[in-house]
Amino acid sequence: MSSKESYLRIVHITKTFGTFVALNDVSLTVNEGELVCILGPSGCGKTTLLRIIAGLEEQNVGEIYQSGKDISRLPPRQRDFGIVFQSYALFPNLTAAENIAYGLENRRVPKEKIRARVAELLTLVGLPNSGPKFPSQLSGGEQQRIALARALAVSPGLLLLDEPLSALDARVRVALRLEIKRLQRHVGVTTIFVTHDQEEALVLADRIVVLNRGRIEQVGTPEEIYRSPATTFVADFVGLMNFLPGRAGDRPDRVYCDRLELRCADLHRLAPDTPVTLAIRPEDVRVSHIDPSAPNLVRGRVRETEFLGSFYRVTLTLDGVETARLIAEVSTNEIRDQSICPGMTLPVSLPPDLLRVYPEFARVSQ
Amino acid sequence: MNGSATSVLAAPSVVDSRLSRQRVHQRLGVEGLLIRLLITLFAVWLGAFLVLPLLQVLLRSLQSKTGEFVGLANYVAYFATPAISRALGNSLYVSIVSMVVTVGLALVYAYALVRTTMPGRGILRTLAMLPIFAPSLMQALAFIYIFGNNGIFTRLTGINIRLYGSTGIIMSEVFYAFPHVLIVLITAFSLADARLYEAAQALGASSRRIFFTVTLPSIRYGLISAAFVAFTLAITDFGAPKVVGGDYDVLATDIYNKVIGQQDFGMGATISVLLLIPAVLAFIIDRIVQRRQVAQVTASSTPLGPKRHGRVTQAVFFAYCLLIVGFILSVYGVVLVGAFAKNWPYDFSFTLKHFDFYSMGGYKVLWNSLQMATITALIGTILVFCSAYLVEKTKVWAQGRSVVYLLSIMPLAIPGTVLGLAYIFSFNDPRSPINFLYGTMGILVLSTIVHYYTVPYLTATTALKQIDPEFEAIGASLDAPFYRTFWRVTVPMALPAIISIAMYFFLNAMVTISAAVFLFVPGKELAALAVMLLDDSGESAQAMAMSSLIISIGLGARVVFYLLTRGIERRSQAWTRR
Ligand SMILES: Nc1ncnc2c1ncn2[C@@H]1O[C@H](COP(=O)(O)OP(=O)(O)O)[C@@H](O)[C@H]1O
Ligand SMILES: [Mg+2]
Repeated sequence: MSSKESYLRIVHITKTFGTFVALNDVSLTVNEGELVCILGPSGCGKTTLLRIIAGLEEQNVGEIYQSGKDISRLPPRQRDFGIVFQSYALFPNLTAAENIAYGLENRRVPKEKIRARVAELLTLVGLPNSGPKFPSQLSGGEQQRIALARALAVSPGLLLLDEPLSALDARVRVALRLEIKRLQRHVGVTTIFVTHDQEEALVLADRIVVLNRGRIEQVGTPEEIYRSPATTFVADFVGLMNFLPGRAGDRPDRVYCDRLELRCADLHRLAPDTPVTLAIRPEDVRVSHIDPSAPNLVRGRVRETEFLGSFYRVTLTLDGVETARLIAEVSTNEIRDQSICPGMTLPVSLPPDLLRVYPEFARVSQ
Repeated sequence: MNGSATSVLAAPSVVDSRLSRQRVHQRLGVEGLLIRLLITLFAVWLGAFLVLPLLQVLLRSLQSKTGEFVGLANYVAYFATPAISRALGNSLYVSIVSMVVTVGLALVYAYALVRTTMPGRGILRTLAMLPIFAPSLMQALAFIYIFGNNGIFTRLTGINIRLYGSTGIIMSEVFYAFPHVLIVLITAFSLADARLYEAAQALGASSRRIFFTVTLPSIRYGLISAAFVAFTLAITDFGAPKVVGGDYDVLATDIYNKVIGQQDFGMGATISVLLLIPAVLAFIIDRIVQRRQVAQVTASSTPLGPKRHGRVTQAVFFAYCLLIVGFILSVYGVVLVGAFAKNWPYDFSFTLKHFDFYSMGGYKVLWNSLQMATITALIGTILVFCSAYLVEKTKVWAQGRSVVYLLSIMPLAIPGTVLGLAYIFSFNDPRSPINFLYGTMGILVLSTIVHYYTVPYLTATTALKQIDPEFEAIGASLDAPFYRTFWRVTVPMALPAIISIAMYFFLNAMVTISAAVFLFVPGKELAALAVMLLDDSGESAQAMAMSSLIISIGLGARVVFYLLTRGIERRSQAWTRR
């Protein structure tokens, strides 16, 4: 892991609403200056976790330590965080500048310094001239920038963002998320960013925490999460994934898919014939430039092709596999070079190091 | 894989049931303590000035004239004496009849205002609100001038409608409750879902069929609410029966007669409890229904707008509204003429002599009223808004907040006369720690605030609910104490609601008599009380003069509040403009 020190430590947090378990024994460590994305489907407990960190909700059990201090029992005002909500929550009766100055005034910063700091922040979020405007005169993206500036004004130790981009249109969203990343790097504030958008998490995060039904499924860098999803839930939720039913082979590096025997680098250590789920990403399925001696070479038949601009999505059936179809992403050039079209047969390679094996009982049904 | 916490096995989300009862409680801190203290203060305040006095009434109803405990003897005596218990039946009768008539009249009026495209809907709506500005006994006085034995209508047509008694009471209650009921029904019609109408029309249903199969069912909750308002106003009203009831006894006047006339506090308390029962029942039914109504209005329903009806239909609606407004205006006209005419109905020459109020010591009562209403509006608004804020926007101490909420909506069910009597019991006792308030303006202010507490409280709650719930969280994250965010953000945003709350208190304080009639002492009379006292002493022209002054002040206040609101809107336009 990173050599930096841990800044925020969340230890065995459980939260219930009545009999409903919103968070189930969640533990997590966030390093100083790190940007951690909490990713999960709607209703999985992301907001609840964020609110507990802020002290806006009380957990049933568990502790939270911020820079070594136990903050589990502190009311929100005594904690050190800045927060940004999806709804912006700018004070509508105060101008952008007054909104940003709000926290500084509470700390009795001299007027001169406040003015300078507000100007600095307005510039930092790229809205140097919007100070005198009221929130209703700003666009959604601009309002969210001001909300960000307001949260950063008091230089909090921890920045909490709850789906800050979800209310914006796609274009603004993409632009603003880069902006947020740049700002976070520039300021160096430890940040927790909640989102249900996997792309957002992959682009932004130093590390991603995947949450499902109140439990942490996996913690890792975007590459780890994408390349080696720990569970079928993560595999399914992040990116596209082919799932094939299978059985464990008699060696740890062998699995069966129907009548097909495949090699896998993801060793399984299961008794032979234990049901497993095999997974491979569409872009990892090869249909051209295949070395004839490559392992896991299968004959496949093209069922459908779907044009998606820079690449095609090709639906295949495999010889010896009656029960499943496979999707491969093939570049437009390869399709043209090999004149791939529905009905033709071709060799398909499933590289062993990209094939993942999940014990059947790990499958998370939604 | 990676070294961080992962749970490959997604165990079912079952947690030890002991866990769900556990909580890591945050430290209170100074602010948490302050909030708890404030919530406690509100609960204590409402407990001391609402619950305790009412308990005293209950207790007194179980005591004899001399203060010994007699169990239910008073109740037995009450029902054993038909001459007394008749009032209960009378009260129910006039209240139910006025309820039916008011709701019927207002239903058509509201429909015409919301659903048709007839001309002048705005002005027709404003004029229909006029009765709100008058004390309830004013219209009774006016009816006497029109329909009484010597009334102008009786003299001109020779028809005597036998006003004194139930007829006069019902007419007055209908007049008095009409605007209140109209507001409820206008809201109900506006909330009805337009999509249902479109569906019904697409299916080719006739207008009448649509009215009975779609319109009525969709406003049923509004109708029940309206009925509750009309019934409660009628059964708790004291002014009209006092003036025009003659020897037709109703509960509200009976309490007064027993207590003030015969000094029989035990029987007064007994009748109070009997009056509380239907009022509380109506209140509970309305609460249940309201909860349903909230669920009925979904985010996806489309509000209903006006729609062109057939020419004849529109003309009929228009004529109907004109008739009602004409009636309201003529009642006001009679008050004005009565105030300025030398000797109604014999000599209509102009005079100002009814305005000297020699028997009341001149204009002092008006000044008293103005003072009382201003203080009530000021203190009442602050109390109502702060308590609604604490209940709605703070997070600590859920039980404490729900107690304050319950106590805050209770006053709606308490008739003014009962509250007045309850205050006598609480304040008039020399041993009571609040005895010093007795006979001061303070007790009038207090009783008026408590009496009219609920409606402004609900107004404040609604306004607060519309403010982003995250503002408090943002404030805390920016190190602002809760009261700073309250003052800098919440109050400015809720200012229009705050002003309408102040206006509600002011207008009601100007016209209320039901509680005040027990609590005033000579020298501290209020203008609305003076109307009653003047009428009692046969000075009905002066009573008219006083009424017209009260109405003028009410209308004047309305204009001031309107300008205030306009000013605020203009100022806040900067931040609401898109
Ligand atoms: N105050 C509450 N009372 C009851 N249930 C709640 C409350 N807040 C959240 N929940 C429930 O807890 C679950 C997690 O909510 P939340 O943390 O808001 O999810 P997310 O932000 O991931 O969409 C949801 O199923 C939600 O219905
Ligand atoms: Mg959420």
